[in-house]
Amino acid sequence: MTTTALLDSLIELIRRTSAEIPGDVQAAILDALEREKKGTIAESAMKIIERNVQLAKEKSQPICQDTGSIIFYVECPVGFDQIKFEETAREAVRLSTKKGYLRQNSVDSITGVNDGTNVGPGSPTLHFHQHRGNDIHVRLVLKGGGCENVGAQYSLPTEKLKANRDLDGCRKVILDAVLQAQGKGCGPGILGVCIGGDRATGYEFSKQQFLRLIPDRNPVPELDNLEQDILRTANELGIGPMGFGGKTTLLGVKICAANRLPASFFVSVSYMCWAYRRQGIALGASGEITKWLYD
Amino acid sequence: MISAVQLTTPIAEQQVRDLKVGDAVEISGVLFTGRDAVHKYLHEGGKLPPEVNLRDGILYHCGPVVMKDDQGRWKVTAAGPTTSIREEPYQGQIIEQFGLRGVIGKGGMADRTLAACKQFGCVYLHAIGGAAQVLAECITNVRGVYLMDKFGAPEAIWELQVEHFPAVVTMDAHGNSLHKDVFAASQQKLANLLS
Repeated sequence: MTTTALLDSLIELIRRTSAEIPGDVQAAILDALEREKKGTIAESAMKIIERNVQLAKEKSQPICQDTGSIIFYVECPVGFDQIKFEETAREAVRLSTKKGYLRQNSVDSITGVNDGTNVGPGSPTLHFHQHRGNDIHVRLVLKGGGCENVGAQYSLPTEKLKANRDLDGCRKVILDAVLQAQGKGCGPGILGVCIGGDRATGYEFSKQQFLRLIPDRNPVPELDNLEQDILRTANELGIGPMGFGGKTTLLGVKICAANRLPASFFVSVSYMCWAYRRQGIALGASGEITKWLYD
Repeated sequence: MISAVQLTTPIAEQQVRDLKVGDAVEISGVLFTGRDAVHKYLHEGGKLPPEVNLRDGILYHCGPVVMKDDQGRWKVTAAGPTTSIREEPYQGQIIEQFGLRGVIGKGGMADRTLAACKQFGCVYLHAIGGAAQVLAECITNVRGVYLMDKFGAPEAIWELQVEHFPAVVTMDAHGNSLHKDVFAASQQKLANLLS
């Protein structure tokens, strides 16, 4: 694999992720626009959103100015040079920022200095997963701060919400997260949830749910039921696009479970805005893009 | 399509007081951006550069993507609103001190800002979060940038010429807030569904 080819591929992945939302998300947005009552501010919000998606793609410019946390998920074969990949990914982020695919979006938390590169401790974030095949798949999620700020982690039991350590308790806290978020996370949103895990892995797994397609169904029947239930119930709350009131509060709900300690029962809820930026590529032997993983 | 009230800066107090929650507006004239760092700075007594005149004007909670073209001119390439509630500790004071007539952001604000809107004649204007391209298209010129060295590009004060910038009044100068209403109604609805 040549560094130049890999660098070009990763820059193109970043450009496309920032400027184009995937087809499943776009279809969900169009459905939501159809559902909103004509002549309402909820409908006009969805119209602006729909136009924005088109414009960003045409102009190859960021869908949202908050180009977000930069999270790479890399599936790679045994023996893959992760160090070289990470170095190249950091360089791709630096160059993509210069080109305006990414905002100068990374601030030193101690000094408050934004050096304009988007590269620093924790930025970008890379998750490597080895597998026994030969494929190299690189997925990228860009997640803005507005939606990140409305994420929530609950420790069950939560007496105030009458949420016990069971799936009904999970349902109550997840719906509470939707209520508290209102429109602040740029709804209509998508929830990624992890039931169980520790505080760190719970949030990590909740975010990995954003790699799933909106219309897919959960293979675990209990979680599938919960996903469908939360989606239906949340959309009855009337929060609507941007919290303006309306029919679509969520576009999708994705839930996974991880084992927990007997002493802990966390429910971690990540909220993704409608500007759901997720893309992926398969890489060939020399580092070139052979396939896009989401249409 | 909802017909929009046209607002042109500088805005007269009476025109702001005539607006009510749910009104669609289109803004033309000048906007100044200001977000987390600027609010904290002004709250702590920081001085505005002399070119920045907020009186009867509009402050936009926004950290844009801005590029320099070949001739060295600034061009805004993405410019949607950021979440406003983080400025709640500071906003009321800034509305009063600098004579703002409008604040543009997303997600709404809380009681202190609502009270300041009523007392001093200001409205909260909700732009569509994430609609960075639609809103950047409304920006016809970058007139200046201030405090860039201190705060970095997203947090600087950008002076933007805009035409027909769309937003919705979600907090008016009569003490009404769409955010309060939607929260209360959705909370009640959820309580009913869970009972």
